[in-house]
Amino acid sequence: MKRLTPALMHLALLTYTVVALFPVFVILINSFKARKAIFREPLALPDADSFSLVGYQTVAMQGDFLLYFQNSMIVTVASLTFILLFGAMAAFALSEYRFRGNTLMGLYLALGIMIPIRIGTVAILEMMVKTGLVNTLWALILVYTAQGLPLAVFILSEFMKGVSDDLKNAGRIDGLSEYAIFFRLVLPLVRPALATVAVFNMIPIWNDLWFPLILAPAEEVKTLTLGSQVFIGQFVTDWNAVLSALSMAILPVMVLYVVFSRQLIRGITSGAVK
Amino acid sequence: MAKISLNGVTKSYGSVQVIPPMDLDIEDGEFVVLVGPSGCGKSTTLRMIAGLETVTDGEMRIGDRDVTRLRPGLRNCAMVFQSYALYPHMSVRENIGYGMKVRGVAKAEAEASIDNAARILNLTDYLDRKPAALSGGQRQRVAIGRAIVRDPDVFLFDEPLSNLDAKLRVEMRVEIKQLHRRLKTTMVYVTHDQVEAMTMADRVVVLRGGVVEQAADPITLYERPANAFVAEFIGAPSMNMLEGRLEGTGEGLRFVGPAGLDFAIPADRRAALAPHAGQAILLGIRPEHTQEAEGGIGVPVEVLDVEPLGPHTLVIGEVGTRKFTGQARADTATRPGARVQIRFDPEKLHFFRADTGAAIREDTRA
Repeated sequence: MKRLTPALMHLALLTYTVVALFPVFVILINSFKARKAIFREPLALPDADSFSLVGYQTVAMQGDFLLYFQNSMIVTVASLTFILLFGAMAAFALSEYRFRGNTLMGLYLALGIMIPIRIGTVAILEMMVKTGLVNTLWALILVYTAQGLPLAVFILSEFMKGVSDDLKNAGRIDGLSEYAIFFRLVLPLVRPALATVAVFNMIPIWNDLWFPLILAPAEEVKTLTLGSQVFIGQFVTDWNAVLSALSMAILPVMVLYVVFSRQLIRGITSGAVK
Repeated sequence: MAKISLNGVTKSYGSVQVIPPMDLDIEDGEFVVLVGPSGCGKSTTLRMIAGLETVTDGEMRIGDRDVTRLRPGLRNCAMVFQSYALYPHMSVRENIGYGMKVRGVAKAEAEASIDNAARILNLTDYLDRKPAALSGGQRQRVAIGRAIVRDPDVFLFDEPLSNLDAKLRVEMRVEIKQLHRRLKTTMVYVTHDQVEAMTMADRVVVLRGGVVEQAADPITLYERPANAFVAEFIGAPSMNMLEGRLEGTGEGLRFVGPAGLDFAIPADRRAALAPHAGQAILLGIRPEHTQEAEGGIGVPVEVLDVEPLGPHTLVIGEVGTRKFTGQARADTATRPGARVQIRFDPEKLHFFRADTGAAIREDTRA
């Protein structure tokens, strides 16, 4: 009985893994097949007959995919940096200092979790036009930072409340400034929470189509997701190219994920210290 | 090396004043223990000295500096917390040295201080471990090490031994006292444990509701408590209190209490007690100044429990409705349910005013 339970658990987890990875797998194998082979047998592996790199060639020829990649990367990394930095700072202020309107401020920031930022798209676009930020990467970075902050503040302030007051006070007596306490003592201790927030925010930003389409559709600031859309037409879709572009889009996000999840694990092990 | 002065220091949270104006001087090199029941303001007072709580009103001086509005890092105090408050992501060496690094102490000098502190505290073998890999006593020593390398004007201890088990607590008590003898630095120590206070302090400050009830060396506190609160708080088991009245005058002055207690006031106490004739009085007697015996000044006790301690046995019971603890020989045959006569040592009687609790003694007549 006791040996059965882990076996069952593994079975369940394996099933879930297969289900979760199946679409990715289908995208990958089909990106290496000729167009006809994709439709004839979508689930077959590429063989000598059906193998083709035409999709990748199309992607390489049409449009500047390296630039799109770079744009997506800049937007994602910069947004995450700002979300983590400002989110953690706001969370620290809310959890550490008693000031008038503290609770109200916390509630106001948490409100953003419940109201989707896309409702404000028109206003945001007007604002970006007026400030001349349309068709710049800054437009996207700012919007994504705003979008990510509420949840970041919410999660991080809960974690920061858990950091012992004595520890911070010991730092104060040791002569640390409030900034040093924040960066040197509190941030390392909430690293698991930082990693969680980063992972939560990374995927939606990387995959977003809405804001790049509205705020930065120009060629030189196109993100990868938007760039891939050129292959999807109203009547004809170049599946080879779409699947190839998507396959390549998976890679960087996977690298980022591995980086963060390593931090996450290291954070958890060092967080085990009382 | 510094003297600490609190001049009319108060602390309020909103409209609630937790510390009424407090005046307290702690001499250079003195080991002062702040003691009192929970909520008496002892930790708040300590945190105000450290600068972790702002002072609402009044003046705080360390040495010849006014530190009332100074932030904690500039007061040159070192503090040891009950929860140790070690930086969990740093090794022992980094924990001890971090403050010095922040203050920009030269690396070689910092290393030397760390090694020195580690040697004093027997931590040399653990310098590269993380706090999680240490026992409670070792963690507390790291916290003390962090305080030592600071070379502070003042050491502050906030119930540092409360998280340790009984045996370790006694050991650490001795270690901290030795540390004080070696460093000769002013130390302020907060505890709710009166045994810790008595055994460690040069001077004990007993607090209640933010008010200093008495500040004196341990023996004075024990022998000559200023009031009934201090008398009951200091000493374990605590002093017995019996309500009664003073009757008669002159040589006929008598104390009349519960359970037929009625005795003539000893000649050397008459002068102090005479002005209170006819008033309600509390008679205090410590359990260790009683014995199970007939005759003399004494009361019958309805025994509820007996506690054999080895050297002697405690008889716990009631006199009238008041709890009463007396002392008996280790081999006493008394069992719960019995009624025994407990005799008081007439030299060790304490008298307090029933209304204010103030002690009535030759030296308190005012």
